[in-house]
Parts: sequence; C-alpha cells; structure tokens
Amino acid sequence: MDERPRLSLNVPEPEVRPGDTPDSSRVVIPRAGTVPRPPVDVDPKEIRDLAYSIIRVLDREGEAVGPWAGTLTDEEVAAGLRHMMTLRAFDARMVTAQRQGKTSFYMQHMGEEAVSCAFRMALEDGDMNFPTYRQAGLLIAGGYPMVDMMNQIFSNEADPLKGRQLPIMYSAKDHGFFSISGNLGTQFVQAVGWAMASAIRNDHRISVGWIGDGSTAESDFHAALVFASTYRAPVVLNIVNNQWAISTFQGIARGGSGTFAARGLGFGVPALRVDGNDYLAVHAVAKWAVERARRNLGPTLIEHVTYRVGAHSTSDDPSAYRPKTESDAWPLGDPVIRLTNHLIRCGIWSEERHKQAEAEVMDTVIAAQKEAERHGTLHAGGKPSVRDMFEGVYAEMPPHLRR
Amino acid sequence: MPRMTMIEAIRSAMDVAMGRDEAVVVFGEDVGYFGGVFRCTAGLQQKYGRSRCFDTPISELGIVGVAIGMAAYGLKPCIEIQFADYVYPAYDQIVSEAARLRYRSAGQFTCPIVIRMPTGGGIFGGQTHSQSPEALFTHVSGLKVVVPSNPRDAKGLLIAAIEDPDPVIFLEPKRLYNGPFDGHHDRPVTPWSKHPAGEVADGHYTVPLGKAEIRRAGSAVTVLAYGTMVYVAQAAAEERGIDAEIIDLRTLLPLDLDAITASVKKTGRCVVLHEATLTSGFGAELAALVQEHCFWHLEAPVQRVTGWDTPYPHAQEWDYFPGPRRVGEALAAAMEA
Repeated sequence: MDERPRLSLNVPEPEVRPGDTPDSSRVVIPRAGTVPRPPVDVDPKEIRDLAYSIIRVLDREGEAVGPWAGTLTDEEVAAGLRHMMTLRAFDARMVTAQRQGKTSFYMQHMGEEAVSCAFRMALEDGDMNFPTYRQAGLLIAGGYPMVDMMNQIFSNEADPLKGRQLPIMYSAKDHGFFSISGNLGTQFVQAVGWAMASAIRNDHRISVGWIGDGSTAESDFHAALVFASTYRAPVVLNIVNNQWAISTFQGIARGGSGTFAARGLGFGVPALRVDGNDYLAVHAVAKWAVERARRNLGPTLIEHVTYRVGAHSTSDDPSAYRPKTESDAWPLGDPVIRLTNHLIRCGIWSEERHKQAEAEVMDTVIAAQKEAERHGTLHAGGKPSVRDMFEGVYAEMPPHLRR
Repeated sequence: MPRMTMIEAIRSAMDVAMGRDEAVVVFGEDVGYFGGVFRCTAGLQQKYGRSRCFDTPISELGIVGVAIGMAAYGLKPCIEIQFADYVYPAYDQIVSEAARLRYRSAGQFTCPIVIRMPTGGGIFGGQTHSQSPEALFTHVSGLKVVVPSNPRDAKGLLIAAIEDPDPVIFLEPKRLYNGPFDGHHDRPVTPWSKHPAGEVADGHYTVPLGKAEIRRAGSAVTVLAYGTMVYVAQAAAEERGIDAEIIDLRTLLPLDLDAITASVKKTGRCVVLHEATLTSGFGAELAALVQEHCFWHLEAPVQRVTGWDTPYPHAQEWDYFPGPRRVGEALAAAMEA
C-alpha cells in the first residue's frame, strides 16, 4: 500500500460568501504617506517592495500626506471631484435608462471612479489609452461630449459607431481612447504595440493599457509584459483590481502570487500598487509612470486596488455570490467621499457647495440625455441604417457584400 | 528580367515596400538578424535597421497583438508567423480584433497589416508544419486571404497586400518556395530559375487582390485551384489528356467570382482542389457558389479533391496529399458524368 499522502486539488475560495459577515481586518493597508517615492529612473530591482505595498496619499482625516502628495493644485483637485461626480451621475442615469428599456446593456463604475478620472489628468493630448469597459472616466475627464457617449449607448441615429457596437464599447480616437473590444485582455498587448510604434517613429507620445484583475490570466497579459519589457516600450500598463471578475473573486486569477503587481517583477518591469480609491494617489502614481515612459525609461505596471461596488453589468446580480454588506466594509472607502472630505478640509469646499455641485452635475447629465434621446433610443426614434451594417467591413466594399 | 525563387520574390516585395514607405515594419520569430527560417527576410534588418526589422519573442499572439497596436498608430506591419500551423494562439487577435477594428470603430481605427505564413504540405513536416488553414480565415468578415502560386505573383500580391488598407492573411505555399511542385514527389522539381514565372521584375509592381488568373485555357472542365494545387492540376490534365481550364484563384477573399462563373458556364463541369481537409473547407464554398451561379450550365456534379479529414500525417504524406492521380480521377469522373 502506498503510504504517501494523496494528491488533492486546491480551489481558492473567498473568505466570505452571501450570509457571512465581511471581515476586512485581514486586508493589510499601510498608513497613508508611508510608502517612499523613488526617482523615476530608479532601477526596478530597488523598488520590488512597491509591488506588495499600497501607495496612499489621503489619510483618514482627508489630509494629503507623504512623498506622493502635491501633484495637483486645489483647482485641479476640485475639477477631479467634479469628473468623478459626473461619472457617478452619468452611471446612475444610464442604469435607469437600461431598466427603462432605452438600451440593452450598461456597465457602471461605482467605487472605481478615481482610477480612470485621475489617470486621465496625468496624460497629454495625443497619448492613447487602450481601455476596458470600465474606464469611461478617461472620456469624462478628457472632455469628450457626454451626449456622444449616450448616443452610442442608445445605438441611435447619431451613434458615432453606427449601431455596430454593444453599449459602452466606445471609440474616440481624437480623445486618445482606443475602440473597446469586449474581448477581454486583447487591448493590453495592442497598447504595447502602439507604444512600440511611437518609439519606432521617435515620437513623444505614449500609450496606456488597461486590464482587469480577472483578465490578467489571459495570455495577452503575459505577451504584453514580455514585449513591453523586451522593447522597453513607452507604455503604462494598468491592472484595475476591483476584487471581482463577474462572480469570481480575485484569488482565482491571482493564484499563489501575493499581488497582481508582483507579476511585473519577473519581467523586470517596475511594479507599483496604489490605493485606487484615492484620487490623489492614483494621479501621483500615474504621473510617475507617465514620466518614466515619456523619458524613454520604459514600461511600468500599476495595480489599482479598488472595489467594484456595483454589479458587473446590468445582466449581473452580485448578491448571489458575495455578501451585500461587503462593499460597506471595504477598507479603502469611497473615492468621491474621500476627495470631498479632503477638499472640505482644505477649506475650498463645503457640504453645501457639494450638494449644489451634485445638483449641477445631474442637470448637465440630464440635459445631455435629453439631447441624446432626441436622436432616438434602442427601440424608439432614429436608428442607424441597415446600410451602416454592410459598410465599413473593408475600406472598399467587396463584390460579395455588394451582391 | 531577373530570375527569383518565391523566397527571393517575397523578400524583394518587402524590400520594395520598406524602401518606399517608412511606415512598413517587418518582424516575427527569427526574422531579424537571421532573416527567417525560410530566409524570406534575409538582409532587411541590415538594410533598414533594427527598429524596422526585428526578432520577436515566441508569441504569435504577441506578434499579431503588437502589430494591431502599431497599425492603430499608423504603421503598416508586415509580420511573419513562422508556420501557418503556429497561428492559432493569435487567432483571437486576428478574428476579434484585426478583422473588426475598422467596422467596430466606424473607421476611426484601421488595421493595415499583412500576416505572412508558410502554408501547406509536401515537405514531410508532419501535423505541425503542413496544415492549410485558409478556411479559418475566409470565414471571417473583414479579412482578405491571398495564396500566390509563383514568384511573379507572390511579389506583386505581397506589395498589393502591404499597400492594402485592411488586414491580409498571406499564405505562402512552402512547397513552391524553390520550384513548381506538381505532386510527383518521386521526380525532380524544375527550379524557378528555369520557369517563366520565375522572371520577376525589380522594383515596384502590384498584382491586384481579388483577381484570378487562367493558368491553362481549356474547354472540357473548369478546375478551381490555388497554391501548389495549380501545378498538380496541370500535371493531372496533361497526363489524362483532358482539356481542362485551370483557374488559379490567387485571392480567396475577396473571390473573383466572375472568372469562375465565366469558365464554368463555358465548360459545364467543375473540379475544386485544395490541400486542406474536406469538411467545411474552402472547396465547399466554391462548390456552393458554382451551383448557385452556374446550376443550369452544369453537366455534372461538382467534384472536390482535397486532403483527407484527418490530421496531417507524417509517414503517410503522399497518401494524404491530393496528388495528380486523385485529381486525374476526379477530372475523369467529371467528364464521364
């Protein structure tokens, strides 16, 4: 008889499931301001610790502290808050519009607003993002017209993408926003290719790749890191770790490595973890990585630690797989509330001013929605033509499509 | 006029394209310093520098993925997949990304890339160096699919493909690299240096995509073929003494349907050839089109001669390969019906 222990399969499970009480005490969160800020030309080997820590700027009292603080003026921070509030209001209206049958599908950002809104402010016009479906803050903060976003969501006659794409799979080349695929992970390696092209042409522009925690398991992620590392591509590679890949907790994709950021270490790519619910920290880390890329120092991998408060999409119900109270227990708080508290503490914002801003933002969103709906919604009013379905498959329509 | 092998003609096409347009870049596995395992890119790195012709990691997904990003930037990558058999890791990038980018972004982003890959059997390459995956690409809206059969066409088609605004799958029949192979594996092959199609002009010229060419005019039966099978068809027709009209399709997508229907309406008979497996192969599309457009002219059922529906074998290569004997039998059957 074989005395050796029998093999068994390890299938990771989250610590809590529906009905359990969330316990965030095991999440190790360093105090704000405690993680050092290395020079951008640092040897990646010297900052391996940053792949296991969390860079934070805003402390519990709303004070911006430590070496990563101070990358934005008060006015810029106030504008940042407005971007996040706008995105939140936009989401709220569009989720409702989907429930009203004005579109087939929607994906909201609740809890993750800081990541894309703050990152956009570290980029220059001409840079190119290769986003996933949860970075609409890049468009909002970049000044892309909300009405065009809604026209796309409603697949109406004014849809810039002519009704061809699933709602929220925007494309806005002039705003540095690559066409969203919906095929997870594919854009990550394309971002590296865009950056390589910029380097081949001795340009100044850089690119930014985006991927979710779950999709880091795709081969595209690894190909992106190999190519970025080998050719020292001027690219910033972002992992948005919002803890959940639809119903699958992040431990399934992460496996035995301590963090997602740590994946960069084996490729010799500087890897940083940042508090994704801290607008100021995201901006500071983005600025650091963007400067590295711009100075031809190569790629950076950033893990944004955040939490998907909402459902994955309008087709998802998270209460089936995680405790309803888990988001309240999330230790990094809410990005909008945290930045609001910071501005109040700085003396340039108030509860009253905030309420007023919320109303203004909602008015702007509603006005945009009214304008978009004049062009139609998915099942009512103006819609793209059937001709739009056949055109644009090729530059020139081939005979078999003409017949 | 200079004489070139198909390898030299393909290299010349890339040389011409790189010389005319700085946006053209060439890369792939072993493509840079060494010049490719089939030598198709030899000398290009030396001539145009490492940033325009370079080696890549062994990641077909990565090669195609970065090419798409480069195309979105404004470059025109002409990339090599070392064997068509290796393309599958890149399939998602080709099908979901390259092919649809223009459409899904309403023309904001386009994907003018060429994906070159050696295709087909006849070199004792076994299942991983012999496949003909063209039907996996002709099924995809947004791609163009090209299969040249001689050096002159290979150069003109490749330049046309590089200049094309959309993604092109460029399948190079590796058994034709050094000479026209007619399927008689036990006989010597005439090198391209002694074949008229080995005369290849220096400099720039194009062969338009989407245009077939009649290789042998005839009146008895139409043979639809591409790549290596063009020569197998010629040998079979000659050996059987059948006055076949052999059409070299050259581009499978978009297809030159006018050339096909004109010929079949004349002959009333049609045999379709390819090395790839039978079921759901490109021959099925050809047979369907012929019956849709030429039904009242047909005197006999459309015949298909293809590889068997098995993985490509090693020792049994010549039992698998649709050689002149099997093609000749199909020609005879089409004539008898």
